[in-house]
Amino acid sequence: MKFNLKIWRQKNAQVAGKMVDYVIDNINADMSFLEMMDVLNEELIRKGDEPVAFDHDCREGICGMCSMHINGRPHGPLRGTTTCQLYMRNFTDGETIYIEPFRADAFPIIRDLAVDRSAFDRIMQVGGFISVNTGQVQDANNIPVNKADADLAMDAASCIGCGACVAACKNASASLFVSAKISQYALLPQGRIEAKERVLAMVNQMDDEGFGSCTNTGACEAECPKGISLTNIARMNREYYSASIS
Amino acid sequence: MNKKSTKSGLFSTLIGKKMLMGITGLFLITFLMVHCGINMLIFANDGGVLFNKGAEFMGTNPLIRIMEIVLFLGIIAHIVDALVLTLANKKSRSVKYAHEKPNANSKWYSRWMGLLGTLILMFLIMHLNHFWIVTRFTDHIAHSELDKLPGQETMFEEMKEIFENPLIVLLYVASMVSLAYHLLHGFQSAFQTMGWNHPKYTPAIKKTGFWFSVIISVLFAIMPIAMHLGIIK
Ligand code: HEM
Ligand code: SF4
Ligand code: FES
Repeated sequence: MKFNLKIWRQKNAQVAGKMVDYVIDNINADMSFLEMMDVLNEELIRKGDEPVAFDHDCREGICGMCSMHINGRPHGPLRGTTTCQLYMRNFTDGETIYIEPFRADAFPIIRDLAVDRSAFDRIMQVGGFISVNTGQVQDANNIPVNKADADLAMDAASCIGCGACVAACKNASASLFVSAKISQYALLPQGRIEAKERVLAMVNQMDDEGFGSCTNTGACEAECPKGISLTNIARMNREYYSASIS
Repeated sequence: MNKKSTKSGLFSTLIGKKMLMGITGLFLITFLMVHCGINMLIFANDGGVLFNKGAEFMGTNPLIRIMEIVLFLGIIAHIVDALVLTLANKKSRSVKYAHEKPNANSKWYSRWMGLLGTLILMFLIMHLNHFWIVTRFTDHIAHSELDKLPGQETMFEEMKEIFENPLIVLLYVASMVSLAYHLLHGFQSAFQTMGWNHPKYTPAIKKTGFWFSVIISVLFAIMPIAMHLGIIK
């Protein structure tokens, strides 16, 4: 397969970037999108050009590292997939493909398509954990958990912190990510103990990082590779209101 | 937890400010219901007798007069908050995407709430100018046919006169289209903002929101049309 690629090239956060055109040929339909990028980079290196920097790690949809805004959507045209799970057969031969970094001021560009998502880490650092004293390993079933709540907490915990929700949102809001992280603890008895401090700290940090606010457009939920639900944002709001008035 | 929250108070964060958006939005919805209910009295088609009674009640009842002030404060809060949030949101992505497919993941009217709201605001200014200013700040409007002084008109007559102009009718109808789309997103969005999302009730809220938006806008829109066409005498 042959593709016309329009790729964002930017040396670092200090200098301005621009879209650059590339043509790539002889691409196997069963290559993943990242493999296509690897082939492009091989060619660029052979020609003595700078390869395109992009993030990736597990290449099996679980780490959340691969990013890229492909043809106008985070992680490309398919629902419920990361870029590493996207295959070239999902495109048509000869198609023009726009490849851009996830854009948000809270995610500064490191180089080309690689962005710095450590804002998420800092949000986690202020509350995305439970405080326990280490010691003997406890019996897993010591604290009974309602099955329905356990399932919801598990769903929330499936967020891989990829940032597609931020990339898709017209306000670059991190509400879906933060609400998933707040929910995964808020739903469980172990997490209730620090629930109030957690939601206040994480919501404040989210603002401090420069993410926008939620306008309930639902773009995040539609683009989330893990199907994180908007109900988590409603839960975060409830938790925040009750924590801030009590 | 190793960090105490830096700001305090419900409205210090964007989520808190958005809550004010939801509360004022829901309040404005209740106002729309009352307003539409009173206006429907024109459909009695009794030459405006019933409608003028309704208008007199709304203009003189002390509780309604207090609510009128609350209503103005509510609208102002809604607009100022909308401005504050929209400006904050505009700042969060300074370099735009070269290529975007927003329709793949969200509805256009969900993304254009600020514009739809601005159209509603422009309508409100025109609308207040048509009816509210004359009742409050002039003695042009009589409470009923009976205590009409020379040169005065009832609210009903004032309405008929204003809607003789087809351009005004068109502006009113177009504004109700903006209102419909504002509410199509806003009604269900306000519940989500307030945290009222529940698998059992949310589908019903969304359905109610859809029908409320359509019905209230259509009802408001047919009033000037019916007056213009002389269906209501
Ligand atoms: C009768 C008039 C109006 C009604 C009934 C109304 C209703 C609503 C409702 C229910 C919401 C949803 C709140 C939420 O998502 O939590 C909303 C949001 C909003 N309204 Fe209004 N509104 C009115 C007038 C206006 C005006 C005059 C403006 C602006 C000048 C405006 C701008 C906005 C904006 C920007 C939002 C936020 C949208 C978002 O977050 O996506 N509205 N409105
Ligand atoms: S909520 Fe979804 S889109 Fe957002 S960071 Fe988590 S997995 Fe990615
Ligand atoms: S590389 Fe790990 S999710 Fe794509």
